Amino acid sequence: MPEGPAPAPVTQRLRVRYAKRGRLRFTSHRDISRAVERAVRRAGIPVAYSAGFTPHPKISYAGAAATGVASEAEYLEIGLTETRDPARVRADLDAALPPGLDIVDVVPAGAGRGDAPVKPAAFADRLQASEWRIRLDGVAERDAAAAVAAFMAAPEIEVERLTKKGRRRFDVRAAVSVCELDRRAAEAVDAPCAILRMVVRHSTPAVRPDDILTGLRQVADLAPPSPPLVTRLAQGPLDADTGGLADPLDPDREIGLPSGDDAATARGQERPQPGDAASADAVSA
Amino acid sequence: MPVESLFPRLEPLLPSVQKPIQYVGGELNSQLKDWDETAVRWALMYPDAYEVGQPNQGVQILYEILNERDGVLAERTYSVWPDMEAVMREHGIPQFTVDAHRPVGAFDVFGVSFSTELGYTNLLTALDLAGIPLDAADRTGDHPIVIAGGHAAFNPEPIADFIDAAVLGDGEEISLAITEVIREWKDEGEPGGRDELLLRLAASGGVYVPRFYDVTYLPDGRIQRVAPNRTGVPWRIEKHTVMDLDQWPYPKKPLVPLAETVHERFSVEIFRGCTRGCRFCQAGMITRPVRERSITTIGNMVEQGLAESGFQEVGLLSLSSADHSEIGDVAKGLADRYEGTNTSLSLPSTRVDAFNITLANEFSRGGRRSGLTFAPEGGSERMRKVINKMVSEDDLIRTVSTAYENGWRQVKLYFMCGLPTEEDEDVLAIAGMAKRVIQAGREATGRRDIRCTVSIGGFVPKAHTPFQWAAQCDHETVDRRLHALKDALRGDKEYGRAIGLRYHDGQPSIIEGLLSRGDRRVGKVIRAVWEDGGRFDGWSEHFSYERWTSCAGKAFAGEPVDVAWYTVRERDEVEVLPWDHLDAGLDREWLWQDWQDAVDETEVEDCRWTPCYDCGVCPTMGTEIQIGPTGKKLLPLSVV
Repeated sequence: MPEGPAPAPVTQRLRVRYAKRGRLRFTSHRDISRAVERAVRRAGIPVAYSAGFTPHPKISYAGAAATGVASEAEYLEIGLTETRDPARVRADLDAALPPGLDIVDVVPAGAGRGDAPVKPAAFADRLQASEWRIRLDGVAERDAAAAVAAFMAAPEIEVERLTKKGRRRFDVRAAVSVCELDRRAAEAVDAPCAILRMVVRHSTPAVRPDDILTGLRQVADLAPPSPPLVTRLAQGPLDADTGGLADPLDPDREIGLPSGDDAATARGQERPQPGDAASADAVSA
Repeated sequence: MPVESLFPRLEPLLPSVQKPIQYVGGELNSQLKDWDETAVRWALMYPDAYEVGQPNQGVQILYEILNERDGVLAERTYSVWPDMEAVMREHGIPQFTVDAHRPVGAFDVFGVSFSTELGYTNLLTALDLAGIPLDAADRTGDHPIVIAGGHAAFNPEPIADFIDAAVLGDGEEISLAITEVIREWKDEGEPGGRDELLLRLAASGGVYVPRFYDVTYLPDGRIQRVAPNRTGVPWRIEKHTVMDLDQWPYPKKPLVPLAETVHERFSVEIFRGCTRGCRFCQAGMITRPVRERSITTIGNMVEQGLAESGFQEVGLLSLSSADHSEIGDVAKGLADRYEGTNTSLSLPSTRVDAFNITLANEFSRGGRRSGLTFAPEGGSERMRKVINKMVSEDDLIRTVSTAYENGWRQVKLYFMCGLPTEEDEDVLAIAGMAKRVIQAGREATGRRDIRCTVSIGGFVPKAHTPFQWAAQCDHETVDRRLHALKDALRGDKEYGRAIGLRYHDGQPSIIEGLLSRGDRRVGKVIRAVWEDGGRFDGWSEHFSYERWTSCAGKAFAGEPVDVAWYTVRERDEVEVLPWDHLDAGLDREWLWQDWQDAVDETEVEDCRWTPCYDCGVCPTMGTEIQIGPTGKKLLPLSVV
């Protein structure tokens, strides 16, 4: 039986948008969670702990981009035992993390539009789709355009992948609502490359960017000579009319806590790491 | 000349290798210095995978000390896994540092820290990938000076062909001294080239340069003589001893890995050296005398280290941590300071006595009580007298009873198999001891869920210990004894299921033995094994006994020696040992006497509390035991 008093209760929940950029895109989800736990301690943020033999800090993650995939929009929620100014938490936590794991936005978890408090699971429900950018070095724009056209014209594209439940075949086409060439971004890169931008609905099994690349290879023999550089640009509720993504933290901001202004500035921030190819081309986000 | 980062070439290849994060650097508290602003540049290596090498204290300390100096730069490199090695060879990417991804071959010094001899093949991989000729004799002014350090460097003869120099003992001061010699030589325009630089280092007396010593052999294979072949180099090379650990409170800013590593904690060395005199323990012999860090410095280091790293666990390291003269106050002070902060404290390497239960209780205040570890090392009273591990079975039973009474449910016991003079019954006695432990636990608590795990390692005789003359036990005998022990435990209805047994087979110990007490002729074997694909010999999935023995068979063809000659052969008093010219401070006559005492089952007391028994270290090294108590206490931390 663990001795001592019960752990202090959670008095504030903060929702955090963070980015993994540049070389730190090679961190795994477990690497990130250890780094965040240490940063929270370094920054002196009063995180709540679970009870039990091995108390764990109350930090929960809403999905996670795969190892090797960069992201501008990952989300976690952190439970505090004392109320803190979200803007201060954003700055302190960011300073305590290694460069490349960057805190973009922090807002208090709101009560939502209704009266019932929004549970973490409900927050994950807001993350209906992701916007991806895939940079294909050494791929001619024309080839990429043809592949994208063939992909979007197909009613269904079955690919096979090894999942946790074994080998599975599934359709990748239906989940993709947008898939287009970002010509302007490609022009900004020195080397010849094609850059795809796509919006993909979160589904089960998850359709990942590499599944879509498999699909592109199947429909149009698109075979990039080097590993694609994949960046998640956004996650959020999918607007059926525009096909775009809304900010999943907006519902929290709507209840009007003072963090709103700061969060808005933070959202607009782009902080590419110097000398870092992956984030240097993250400017079109 | 600017040295470009290899990262742009490396980055596209990273998605194709396992755990790429280990190669990208960028850890918290890692440092990047301008190449062109620095005069002396060190690449520091721990020759194992990042997950093992990154937490290494020695490398972290030198990294920080060197980088603190103006004009000096230090970066780190680790062994790359075979998948990465293949990718690097395919794309022509040389061994790189994880800090700025600079090629190791561009540095002035390539310093490699060996905790174990099983890293030797990994040294060759790194040299080869770095484009540095494996044979030190083939290197030119374009190549770094390759220096070995760490405990294995106390007998660097098996790798004498591959290194330019070796350094014995504590690295803090000597790494700076070497830096100054290099800086001067470069400032003067590198007169005399590489040879003169090595000569200057050798002449300083603190750096061993194998090429300046000739080894001659007798027809029967024994060494005839090791003698300098240059004027100005000393006959004996002394180890280095840092005398005031409070002046060297490193690491100050611990490196915090992104990748998962074997020790995820902030470690503070609370003292160096150990005079308990366990005869099998090379570390205890070569790190004498005992030098404590004061309670005040320990407290400051823990405070700063936690603040800089965010680690959740603090390890108080030493060879026998409960022996610190103020360990009770350290434990209580730290437990008080960090109560309620979810910071856990750990005390690895403790001896068997009841006092440790008090300490363990302090350390686990309000936290978990999973297991306690004790190391009786020998199963029988007789065996423990031979190895000078002065703990009686009754002591152990009293200690574990107290532990179980205090709420601990699991006890881990460490032993060795294959010790000098060992008989089957000495190993079987381990079973009897383990059963008494369970029995005592059940009596103390009235419960049946008492567990005990017995872990057994194979004994390997090491240089600079009283057992340096001993015959290593052959692996067939070790395996037979371990199987008999397993049967004795498994067959026991009353206790068998409460006792877990962990052991490894005896073959790897024989190879470790070959490398530990080998001479320069063993270098051919290491090279042959490496050429045959040998890598990561410390990992059972990579280690191949067959490869080592078959390569040794070929390499030793025509020589009067073989693997058995180096391992299971007992040496006599007059035989010149390969490391006799390397001075760990221990008086050879005392070591021999201690070896005779071992055979006679005579024990030696700890010189911290009893009169000096003349091991030789303090007078020859000009050192002395430094222990407290200081009488100081740790005050509560002020709330920021």
